[in-house]
Amino acid sequence: MPDLRVRAFAGRISSPNPFWLASAPPTNCGEQIMRAFDAGWGGAVWKTIGEPVTNVSSRYSATDWNGQRIMGFNNIELISDRSVETNLSEMAEVKKRYPHHAVIASLMVESTREAWHEIVARAEDAGADGLELNFGCPHGMSERGMGSAVGQVPEYAEMITAWVKEKARTPVLVKLTPNISNIRTVARAAKRGGADGLSAINTINSITGIDLDTLIPRPNVDGKSSHGGYCGPAVKPIALNMVQQVMSDPEAALPLSGIGGIGDWRDAAEFILLGCGTVQVCTAAMHYGYRIVEDMAEGLDNWMRSKGFNTIEDFRGLSLPKVTEWKHLNLNYKIVAHINEQKCIGCDLCHIACWDGAHQCIHLDRVSGPVDGHVELHPVPAEYEARSRSVIATTPVTRRERESLSEGRGPYPTPLARIPRVDETECVGCNLCSLVCPVDECITMVRVENGLAPETWEERTRRASCTTPTQ
Amino acid sequence: MSTATLPDDQQLRQRFSDLKPPLAPQAAVIEANRCLNCFDAPCTAACPTHIDVPGFIKRIASGNLRGSALRILDANILGGSCARACPVEVLCEGACVMHRYHREPIQIALLQRHAMDFFHDSGEALLSEAPATRNLRVACVGAGPASLACAAELRRQGASVTIIERRALPGGLNTYGVAEYKLRATDSLREVEMIRRMGVEFRFGASIESGVDLEALEAEFDFIFLGVGLGAMQRLGIPGEDAAGVMNALELISAYKTGHIREIKGTVVVVGAGNTAIDAANAARRLGADTVYLLYRRGESDIPAFDFEYEHAKQEGVQFLWRRQALAILPGKHGRLLLDTVLVQQVDRTLLPILNSQYSLECDLVVPAIGQSPLSQLVQDLRHIEIRNGRIVADRTSGQTGNPRYFAGGDCVNGGREVVDAVADGKRAALAMLKTMEVADA
Repeated sequence: MPDLRVRAFAGRISSPNPFWLASAPPTNCGEQIMRAFDAGWGGAVWKTIGEPVTNVSSRYSATDWNGQRIMGFNNIELISDRSVETNLSEMAEVKKRYPHHAVIASLMVESTREAWHEIVARAEDAGADGLELNFGCPHGMSERGMGSAVGQVPEYAEMITAWVKEKARTPVLVKLTPNISNIRTVARAAKRGGADGLSAINTINSITGIDLDTLIPRPNVDGKSSHGGYCGPAVKPIALNMVQQVMSDPEAALPLSGIGGIGDWRDAAEFILLGCGTVQVCTAAMHYGYRIVEDMAEGLDNWMRSKGFNTIEDFRGLSLPKVTEWKHLNLNYKIVAHINEQKCIGCDLCHIACWDGAHQCIHLDRVSGPVDGHVELHPVPAEYEARSRSVIATTPVTRRERESLSEGRGPYPTPLARIPRVDETECVGCNLCSLVCPVDECITMVRVENGLAPETWEERTRRASCTTPTQ
Repeated sequence: MSTATLPDDQQLRQRFSDLKPPLAPQAAVIEANRCLNCFDAPCTAACPTHIDVPGFIKRIASGNLRGSALRILDANILGGSCARACPVEVLCEGACVMHRYHREPIQIALLQRHAMDFFHDSGEALLSEAPATRNLRVACVGAGPASLACAAELRRQGASVTIIERRALPGGLNTYGVAEYKLRATDSLREVEMIRRMGVEFRFGASIESGVDLEALEAEFDFIFLGVGLGAMQRLGIPGEDAAGVMNALELISAYKTGHIREIKGTVVVVGAGNTAIDAANAARRLGADTVYLLYRRGESDIPAFDFEYEHAKQEGVQFLWRRQALAILPGKHGRLLLDTVLVQQVDRTLLPILNSQYSLECDLVVPAIGQSPLSQLVQDLRHIEIRNGRIVADRTSGQTGNPRYFAGGDCVNGGREVVDAVADGKRAALAMLKTMEVADA
């Protein structure tokens, strides 16, 4: 039976599972965090503690997509607006009641050695299992020389990390901002500064949208807005890439707590497969509440069973070697789209996607047209539409007429004329059709044996430079 | 002058509340987002007017409701009534690929209604060319869907159109014949008003009954479109049919829709099992009839009505008497009627009465609903226009009859189909007239 327990950061922070709440509104106070632990969360990174701020209203905005709420989420809230004393006394209470859960103090103070030394000592005295340095907050705090103002300058990040390490007895994590051209530079700086671990990513600078009635961007604070930090499902691909960037760089790689759009166990598994030892969640918990952790734990457990993994460490980082630079990809690997006629529902989205967005090799003329060959041989999409709209259709009013509609359907559930076919000689294997197809497993990408030995771009150019004179 | 209208009747509204209530705005967006946006969509192909269904649905999803409505109106000027009256189960929604996706089809009709209601509520006028831009004058005889669609298309393209209608209200069966819980007469009239504002002229109470009338029409107009629909309903051909208490289905429906019948008491027998018979039976139930029988000479599996209409009638509490034929209508006690019936069985291709199976139904109202017979008075006077099986013979793509100045469409040509078929006929005829004129002018 899989064991979800983690002993993260070189074994110095333990938690019942890898699911931590990120430093954010869900970890605002001790009462919330204790309820979260009761719900099943393994750890919590306390809402960033520092000199209390004044927040604005409103604070959040979101990007909805296709009728779904919160594809992406944006906030302009600052760090904790509660006093250091209040936060830390509650933290002590939480640690007393939940000694086996991970409680991490997220910290942000002015950039002086004294200030950092003091807050580190106080947080650790309150019982924090570790410290997360907030070098990532992209709004508000950065204007005051903190947050991402530190995280965007490797020298500052290294210096402050070193100050903290002078004092800290618990593991020190540096939270990285994605608002930088190369996340490795700050990760390396943190490592040089002596950090024990990293968290990535913080939120991405964003303006989520503009109210088209008032022309005011969201969130609206008395007629004005300000850029915020973007998170939620939309940012996961960006976060995964940055996690991979950090974990594949020996000068930057440290035990990593993955953050960015994690909402279910699948997301969590992906971050762990790229090397994260724990994951942090915020937006999904803000959207649905703490209860989402139940399925995260159960789902991960079931998946681990099915894959034969007993511990998180068994699969942590297994996908890292499978990410490489483009120049190392096999140019002779060839796949083509294959449409399962039994599953096709005849929406023909693959056809229009291939014609307008790809390589014009999925055709609707399987009944009568040429099988393979140049694009000029096939009717263009507009001709199909014109054809169907010039047909005289009538309402089948009699029983006989209605019955005749289903006659002559052919061997598949969908009439043959609406099942597209792939010209495999022209198909470049781009995946687009399989991505737009609404039916699972209807369009699959099938390997074509072309008899060619694997060859990468690097190998090809190296060989070319050996055989032809350079210019 | 605006189109004559009917007073808002709260009792009617209550008794015939929407069979399918409209979508709330957010529900419409959620439903619109469900649409896969198929390429060369089967729903569009199945629609006789080929409305760009994914096109209008995606405009709802994006919040472009005006654009959505205009997209619908571009293909079907009666998009509002079609959204309510169409048997979408056998048209667009029946063709939806979602059936093969093991999901409910997209609620196209309700989405279309959502867009059309927005447009009609806005009161916006549709743009059309000024009447003089084309030297083409057309008369449309009958103010039903076929003529309305023909007139709207012609007006859009600059022709002058006059609709000639013998009744007091325009809209044809949309106003007088569609069950009120599907399409309100007031909504039909609102739609006609939009067409009137496009510059279509109406002459009400004007019958075309003689060769002289036709000559007058021919003198005034270049083309004449016949959208006269079907005539009065077929008679049962049994004794007692003219007794008080016998009223055919269309009379019953138009009477309650226009406020002339507000209540029905006792027992009603509807004879026939088509869609109109079911509309009449359901109406009788909603108007207060305790018992409503639907008498049909064949069996359940032969019923010509759409399956969903049959199911609906059962839910309304209509009771079905299968394989039974009406023989005579006799006076009963206390001013009631006795409907003599007999069980029949099919022998070869004929229905024969079964001995000793006679039964008299005591009832208060008998409603014959066995299909409409073609109105022949007018068309018999027409020169060179062939009538076959009671239908005007017209070219399928152009609607042109054997007489090149006469076009025809809708029920009088197709023998009785749906509103949407009439709209398609009218539109095709309009385009054909315009093309004929262009060729003549060139």
